[in-house]
Amino acid sequence: MLQYAFKRALSLCLSLCLASVVIFAVVEIAPGDPASFMLGINAQPDTIAALRAELGLDQGKFVRYLEWTGGMLRGDFGTSYTYRSSITDMIAERMWISLPLALYALALSTLIAFPVGLYAASTRGAPGDVAVMGVTQLGIAIPNFWFAMLLVMIFAIKLRWFSAGGFAGWDDGLFIGVKSLTLPAIALALPQASILSRVMRSALIETLSEDYIRTARAKGLSRQAVLWRHALRNAMIPVLTIIGLQFSFLMAGAIIIEQVFFLPGLGRLVFQAITQRDLIVVESVVMLLVFAVISVNFIIDLAYAAVDPRLRHGP
Amino acid sequence: MSLLYVDQLNIKLGPVSVLKDVSFSLQQGEILALTGESGSGKSMTALALMQLLPDIAKTDGRILFQREDLTTKTEKELCKIRGSDISMVFQEPMTALNPVKTISAQVSETLILHKGETPRAAREKAQSILHKVGLPPSVVPMGRFPHELSGGQRQRVVIAIAVALTPSLLIADEPTTALDVTTQAQILALLKSLVKETNMAMILITHDLAVVANMADNIAIMQHGKIVEMAPTQTLFSQMHHPYTKSLFAASGHTVNLPYKAVNADNLLKVTHISRQYRLPRKHPFEATKYARAVSDVSFSIDHGERLGLVGESGCGKSTLTRAILGLDPIEKGTITLNGRDVQNAKADVRRDIQVVFQDPYGSFNPRHKVSRLVCEPYHLLPNAPSGRVADDKISRLLEDVGLSSTDKDKYIHEFSGGQRQRIAIARALIIRPKLVIFDEAVSALDVTVRAQILDLIAKLAAEYGLSYLFISHDLAVVRSVTDRCLVMRDGQIVETGRTKDILDNPTHDYTKKLINAAPKLPALPKGITAHAPS
Repeated sequence: MLQYAFKRALSLCLSLCLASVVIFAVVEIAPGDPASFMLGINAQPDTIAALRAELGLDQGKFVRYLEWTGGMLRGDFGTSYTYRSSITDMIAERMWISLPLALYALALSTLIAFPVGLYAASTRGAPGDVAVMGVTQLGIAIPNFWFAMLLVMIFAIKLRWFSAGGFAGWDDGLFIGVKSLTLPAIALALPQASILSRVMRSALIETLSEDYIRTARAKGLSRQAVLWRHALRNAMIPVLTIIGLQFSFLMAGAIIIEQVFFLPGLGRLVFQAITQRDLIVVESVVMLLVFAVISVNFIIDLAYAAVDPRLRHGP
Repeated sequence: MSLLYVDQLNIKLGPVSVLKDVSFSLQQGEILALTGESGSGKSMTALALMQLLPDIAKTDGRILFQREDLTTKTEKELCKIRGSDISMVFQEPMTALNPVKTISAQVSETLILHKGETPRAAREKAQSILHKVGLPPSVVPMGRFPHELSGGQRQRVVIAIAVALTPSLLIADEPTTALDVTTQAQILALLKSLVKETNMAMILITHDLAVVANMADNIAIMQHGKIVEMAPTQTLFSQMHHPYTKSLFAASGHTVNLPYKAVNADNLLKVTHISRQYRLPRKHPFEATKYARAVSDVSFSIDHGERLGLVGESGCGKSTLTRAILGLDPIEKGTITLNGRDVQNAKADVRRDIQVVFQDPYGSFNPRHKVSRLVCEPYHLLPNAPSGRVADDKISRLLEDVGLSSTDKDKYIHEFSGGQRQRIAIARALIIRPKLVIFDEAVSALDVTVRAQILDLIAKLAAEYGLSYLFISHDLAVVRSVTDRCLVMRDGQIVETGRTKDILDNPTHDYTKKLINAAPKLPALPKGITAHAPS
């Protein structure tokens, strides 16, 4: 197990190094000089040169890469070209919305998918299962921003239970904060829950046809007991894979939902930074997202090994 | 009153009738063997007794167990009986255990479920049960997972689960089919001693008549869902009546007509001092790398026209050796040459002289190709492969040579039975007239009658085509009938080599003797039954 964790951690570090090089290179290749963009088309060459020096753009590529990565390791992401403020602070502020939103949506998706998947698998072919399959099909097909608008119309405009958008912040207490993230989290979670419950169902059904399930039934376990005690854990590998992918998507892919609900999250920050050629912000946020995704994958890898002893010694 | 009385049992799966009027009874302490080919209804009978039939099954008839009809019991009542009064051992020990639970947890689950034991007490009892079935904690710690055990050890765990609560009836469905001969002998001895010790009744399901000869009190022969003949073992062996029983026995002891052929010392394949090792997974990051030797310093040769057998148990290095000869796996030391040319890194001109027939007739064909395309696949190894009419004619003739019809070439592989598929595999191996054919456990997955037919086919083709082949098998009886010379392999080394007949009749190495003693033997066939394959 230790060997396995060590190997995964090593691969995590290598992936991060590789990702930082790729992100830096891509941003370097991208056309457009941030200094001339910031100063507009009528700027004098010497003004541009001065700004370039100020921003550190006149240094060699290698030096800039080292400064960028070194800064990130110290928790200093540098200064935004357009806002002239610390990127660390900007990201931290957005992070307090995006991370709780992603976790909230993931928790909802998992909480919905597990019982639904278990129910559908245990009543395979029965009307309940058919209904679940139909509803989840719909859940996958309908885009989440449409759900979002529907939720706003019903719960914010008609029933007035939630506000239609914006984020109240965490200063007024946990409840207020969670409440303002509830509608976006539901909108994000429904399609994900549909996917996850279908994966859960098919993984369970496949597991239920295994020989060891028959052995368990021959021991005298009931259908339900077999499902819980023997099938569930064995069906977890594909489910964990999907949960990992969903978290990555929810961290970075919530941009449309953030727009619908006027949430100043990470997705919105990247969008603005790209349109304003604020390359250092783009670099930093992308790197942060990569870090989050790779870390989640690392955790999922450890979860695989916890679930299945055969994976503990690694390939 | 008997322990079990099955009365006119009929089972239908949808429109298909899988059991027809099956009736038999069983006393305490008795062993009944259910024998027949695959699809004859043996396993379905077992599942019916456990009441674990598929949902679509329709049952008619009675199954009286301890005077109560199991077919009328509720699911809840059945759950109480399963595992405590009736338990079952399954065929495939590799998949019959939950891979994510320790063996201790899987054995103690039965005790907790039926006796309401505390986990700790259950674990202690599980330990003594595992000890009883030959898995002392000093050899196999209780915290092991199934994948850390060998096939034989896993089957012992499955048996431990089944006998944990000393059931009155144990159903063993092909318990040794997936195991090596020596392991099979041990597991059969264990089952027999358990029956004797606890006076439980046992239904032993097997397709191998030799296995039941020394075990069963009574034998029931099944065909197409019916019991066609049932009698005490001795009586059945001495005076069998039903033609199917006779053909089954004839096929089991079948020997092919392939006289010994002396060949000139003219090497076709020459394997010289080859070795291959595999790296073992490390337990700690800084542990020194360890290796397992799969093949170690093996040398042998096959002469032109020679039929060589290779015998050994699983894990002895047979597969590694086969893959090395086919040039699929690299070797670390030594050389393998075919007609003096190296097969490692060989190009098509050397490769096409070796073809192979694999064990699994179901997994070795692309299901989306027609037979004609499957059979002529090796053509891509030829520089001027025939095409069009010429190729068609060749395929037709070859299909007829292997006992199929030329019209079969437009069919897909799922339209054929296991035996027919193996014929197609042989046709595929022979189409480009290779110098050497490797039969890798080519008849191990087949029923006795089909096996007899395929062996006859191999013998016929060997004579007609003048084949040289390497016949790999764990079954000594099969190797005896189709090879001239054989090698016995153990732990990556060849321990004995010589004329097949000499080795099997007068083995010199202890391991060969052990293998021969462990192989179950059929009693002498009664008069009037000749050992010829049924047509």
